[in-house]
Amino acid sequence: MNSSALIHAVIDGVLTGSVYALMATGLTLIFGVMDIINVAQGIFVILGAYLSYALSVHWGIDPFVGLVITIPTLFLVGIVVERAFIGRLKGPEKTAMSILVTYAISLVIEGSLNMIFSVNDVQISASYVTKTFRIFGVYFAYIYVYGFILAAVLLTALYLMLYRTRFGASIRASLADQTAAALVGIDVKRVSTICFGIGIAVTAAGGMVFGATNAFNASTSYDLISRLLVIIVLGGMGSLGGALLAGILMVTLEDIVGVVWSPVWSIIAFYIVLVIVLSLRPQGLFGKQSARIA
Amino acid sequence: MLQKKNLLWLAALAIALFVPSIITNPAYRQIAVITLIFTACATSWNMFSGYSGYVALGSAAFYGTGAYTMGLLAVHWHVPASGDMFWLVPVGGLAAMLVAIPVGLIALRVRRHTFVVITIAIFFVFQLAAINFGFTGGTGGLTLPYVPWLIQDYHIPFYYVALAILVFAIALSAAVRRSRFGLQLLAIRDDEDRALGLGVKVFPVKLTGFAMSAFTIGMCGALYAMMQGQIYPQFVFDPIFDISIALMAFFGGFGTLLGPILGGLILESSQQYLTVSYSNGSLYLILFGVLFLLVVLFMPQGIVVYVKEWWTKRQDRMAAASEAALAPGINS
Repeated sequence: MNSSALIHAVIDGVLTGSVYALMATGLTLIFGVMDIINVAQGIFVILGAYLSYALSVHWGIDPFVGLVITIPTLFLVGIVVERAFIGRLKGPEKTAMSILVTYAISLVIEGSLNMIFSVNDVQISASYVTKTFRIFGVYFAYIYVYGFILAAVLLTALYLMLYRTRFGASIRASLADQTAAALVGIDVKRVSTICFGIGIAVTAAGGMVFGATNAFNASTSYDLISRLLVIIVLGGMGSLGGALLAGILMVTLEDIVGVVWSPVWSIIAFYIVLVIVLSLRPQGLFGKQSARIA
Repeated sequence: MLQKKNLLWLAALAIALFVPSIITNPAYRQIAVITLIFTACATSWNMFSGYSGYVALGSAAFYGTGAYTMGLLAVHWHVPASGDMFWLVPVGGLAAMLVAIPVGLIALRVRRHTFVVITIAIFFVFQLAAINFGFTGGTGGLTLPYVPWLIQDYHIPFYYVALAILVFAIALSAAVRRSRFGLQLLAIRDDEDRALGLGVKVFPVKLTGFAMSAFTIGMCGALYAMMQGQIYPQFVFDPIFDISIALMAFFGGFGTLLGPILGGLILESSQQYLTVSYSNGSLYLILFGVLFLLVVLFMPQGIVVYVKEWWTKRQDRMAAASEAALAPGINS
């Protein structure tokens, strides 16, 4: 191991981590507002990746330009899924049921993607995916920087929407307390539907960058969803800032362990950190300490 | 009424005892054994998750622990490849239980929603460990001593051991439900804070339930490993396993005694049959997903509750109808 490899791991981790943070933000937003654990988030990322892939292969549309199509498409998919399935869930076992429903949705999408695209790995290609530049004596592909900028822009937009608009205020109110939000006249049902749409829409961007930096097929979604779940638990479920920080921290840590020790164990480090943090802070890094256990 | 119920259970057991004589095709006998194994897993999963409301989605960690305990001990203790290996089945269960205690100590500290996610994470640690540690044989898997029984009747002993495990799981689940301990679990499911306030020692209760359910699931894993003769990390530590047994419990009736039994028998046998009949895995994923969605959306409380409600409504209707028929007679 040398220091340049370490610097590489850190920079790489921060750049990639921001993309994970974006995807995890969608997941934690959905949980915070709706009490829904969306285990289909992983397959939606892959769906986003395949959409960008198909656009670039069949119509020659650049993956970044293609986002103009894929982000609204996945937003609509999210709205439809929420209206058709998720919104119908109620009762004390709502959260547990939501895992089953979203898992079922992810099975259907996985099967369909396998049929359409086959199970062979693909990767999104563009000139900047392979083109590199030098920094601190190490080479980076441009895609990592572009991905980072994209994630930063979208996260900023999301932040501005949440903290500077009236609709954002109603989302934050629903995050804090659904009943109280409904009492002051917020249409919580509408807020939920749109939040689910936003939560899925960000996967289009995340999936595009993921698909350009990794070879993927539909079953890659299992690995993705387990990481995303760990990130949001670590950050504190429902905490947007927590998801952002935990996303960057965890991916950076994973890269460092991969360099210092072995890539085989890097993913385990991910889970071990989770276990340690939760033994000390069961509510996660930024989670609200709730008086009620349930 | 109670007498009638017991008779039904006995009748079901009697039928179950004769299944290997009725089904003679080894492929279908294997389906029968796997169905029993999954039903036992669903029943004991429900004994903890269904009663306490803490949905665990990492039980494959215990299934795999049981399977690897069987595999490693059979190899290293030079257990003769015969029926003697069945003695390792409860050992697999104990190993799973021992593993479940530290897992529970970490996972049960958090809120119910976070618990789900942590069990998933812990499951992935187990899967990765099985893939990466040397002694497990890695992705190449582990070969067990192969019991030299005739292919035609190979599955019969496994069938009866699986049936015994299932009977054990059902008896345990029924006993827990009637006991003070079961009431404490149910109280936790209804309102954990209130249960705590009323003096239920919630943490030890949850941990005990969690470890007990791991015991049966570990035994099932051990039996499965012995029957297959070869285990791979990605098949005994399978995320689909977790979601399947949860689905079985929800399909039949989450938190009921009968629910996971019906769910396991119906879903696993049809799933195995479909896998054997259709080679197209993708189509099968879609079918399974759609079935899954229909169940959760249209029978959210499971078939047991659904049928019970339908029956009560029917009885009410019939009572109303007979009253209506009687009414003119009374008037005249």
